[in-house]
Amino acid sequence: MADPTVGRDERLRALARRRGWIAGILTGAMIVVYFGFIALIAFNPTLLGRRIGSGLSLGILLGAMVIVASWLLTWFYVRWANKHYDAELKSISEAKS
Amino acid sequence: MLQAAAQAAPTAPQTAIGQPNAIAMVFFFAIIAITLGITYWAARRTRTTEHFYAAGRTISPVQNGFALAGDYMSAASFLGIAGLVSTTGFDGLIYSTGWLVGWPVVLFLIAEPLRNLGKYTFADVVALRLKQTPVRIAAAIGTLSTVVFYLIAQMVGAGGLIRLMFGIPYETAIVIVGAAMIAYVLFGGMIATTWVQIVKAGLLLGGAFALAMLVLARFGMNPAALFGAAAEKYGAAVLAPGKLVSNPWDAISLGMALMFGTAGLPHILMRFYTVPDARSARTSVFYATGLIGFFYLLTFILGFGAMVFVGPDAIRAVDRGGNMAAPLLAEFIGGTPFLGFIAAVAFATILAVVAGLALAGASALSHDLWVNVVKSGHASGTEELKVARAATVVLGVAAVALGITFKGQNVAFMVSLAFAIAASGNFPALLMSIFWPRFTTAGAVASILTGTFGTLLLIWLSPTIQVDVFQRAEAWFPLKNPALVTIPLSFAVGIVVSLSTSTAVNAAGDAHHQRRLHMGASGD
Repeated sequence: MADPTVGRDERLRALARRRGWIAGILTGAMIVVYFGFIALIAFNPTLLGRRIGSGLSLGILLGAMVIVASWLLTWFYVRWANKHYDAELKSISEAKS
Repeated sequence: MLQAAAQAAPTAPQTAIGQPNAIAMVFFFAIIAITLGITYWAARRTRTTEHFYAAGRTISPVQNGFALAGDYMSAASFLGIAGLVSTTGFDGLIYSTGWLVGWPVVLFLIAEPLRNLGKYTFADVVALRLKQTPVRIAAAIGTLSTVVFYLIAQMVGAGGLIRLMFGIPYETAIVIVGAAMIAYVLFGGMIATTWVQIVKAGLLLGGAFALAMLVLARFGMNPAALFGAAAEKYGAAVLAPGKLVSNPWDAISLGMALMFGTAGLPHILMRFYTVPDARSARTSVFYATGLIGFFYLLTFILGFGAMVFVGPDAIRAVDRGGNMAAPLLAEFIGGTPFLGFIAAVAFATILAVVAGLALAGASALSHDLWVNVVKSGHASGTEELKVARAATVVLGVAAVALGITFKGQNVAFMVSLAFAIAASGNFPALLMSIFWPRFTTAGAVASILTGTFGTLLLIWLSPTIQVDVFQRAEAWFPLKNPALVTIPLSFAVGIVVSLSTSTAVNAAGDAHHQRRLHMGASGD
């Protein structure tokens, strides 16, 4: 008996690969942002002490930017997943019957 | 130490901290009353294991976002970071960012697969394609190590803070926290725990936001003016990296523990089972990241606010660790009533975190060890519920005993130890079990045990224990946090052992796994 789920599994595999790529790239971006910040603290503290305007230092600004970057990355992923990933999953599971 | 006290004495500020203060006590009892009321309400709805472990999977994404934030933002992050910023300036902010960056990793790699593949614990996912008994035992060791060290740190911190803020003796404070924790989890399970966490997150965010706004109001709502005032008073160095990061590899190692540890914290992972589906799990991390990030931005303001208005010396004079910076700032800004409120918020913060930890530990004992190892998966729901409740009592009593045993000890390192174990013991095995079809039972067990015991061994040999606790001149292992070594090691051991024990991948089985991974139970 031919397995009716073969086409479905292939589509799912393609979707899984796409999600894997996006998750991997976004995780990599988070790692680069955060460890880049840590590396600056560790290896170039004077740069981070440089003042922008009267009160703000580059270090404080970048620290806040790390938090903002975390928000943006999660927002980007959730938007992609809610729009594209879920729609494709729905279409795959409907193709079953 | 005497010398430090003598130096500190003249600068000790006038403060109501530590004096039994009527307003603080009213808030304190109000929080106990509200949370016990929630527990009573939840107890009537807790009838099955699904209610007890997973709140019946009916928590909405927004609710779970608040609960995740409530579970995660410990007293260490509220009082500790504010204190660190107020006494060291910029260096404290390294923690503010570090505690957040694990959340996107949880979202991208763990939250949805976990919800789709598991039932109550993260061991469900690791053991899914592998042999139950060995994997469950190893995962329970990883879970319990994480939970116990986190719990000791929270209990000892709680005893000290409650004594400091309410004037209640240390031991009494520990017993109150332990009893409240047992009551929430024993009677109300995950439903009560979730709502305690939501209430706590609301109070903490509201309190911190109000305090930060009152501080900023004195600087024309301009954070840069606040930072400028701090630099003017205590030198430009407070806005730049200081001596906290004397060893770059230490900073990177701690960063790795914080970033990957969040994705291996059992009490956080367990929360993803309380929502109806993977999409809700995803959305709930989005809300949690927003709330937690917002909170850590507020710690910038609170820390520098306390530095400017209270002063580092005055803060250290009240508590050498700097933990009273936020309460002292509240007292300066809003007098005794606001101090009472912030003290009560800190108390609620501790209660919510320990309840989450107790529930996670109890599930490892009952669901992983009792049901799936001792009873080989054959136990009725009624029996599992009974065992889970007994485990809660055992864990609660143990937490009180440990809290009293470690009185006066330096246990601050135990939080980063818990993160290091979570990052190296739990996270690698969880990740590989989700995404790598050739992962084997032997690989999983070896990875979890190497990560957990490797972390414990290296912490023992590190300056954290040898120098800070035993006062030796130097330590054999140079890093304060071992994650830089133990995370890669745990992955490497898992991969090498899996490849040497692996058999051919079962194509049909893997297709089935893929369906469940993305579609959950509906993919079966």
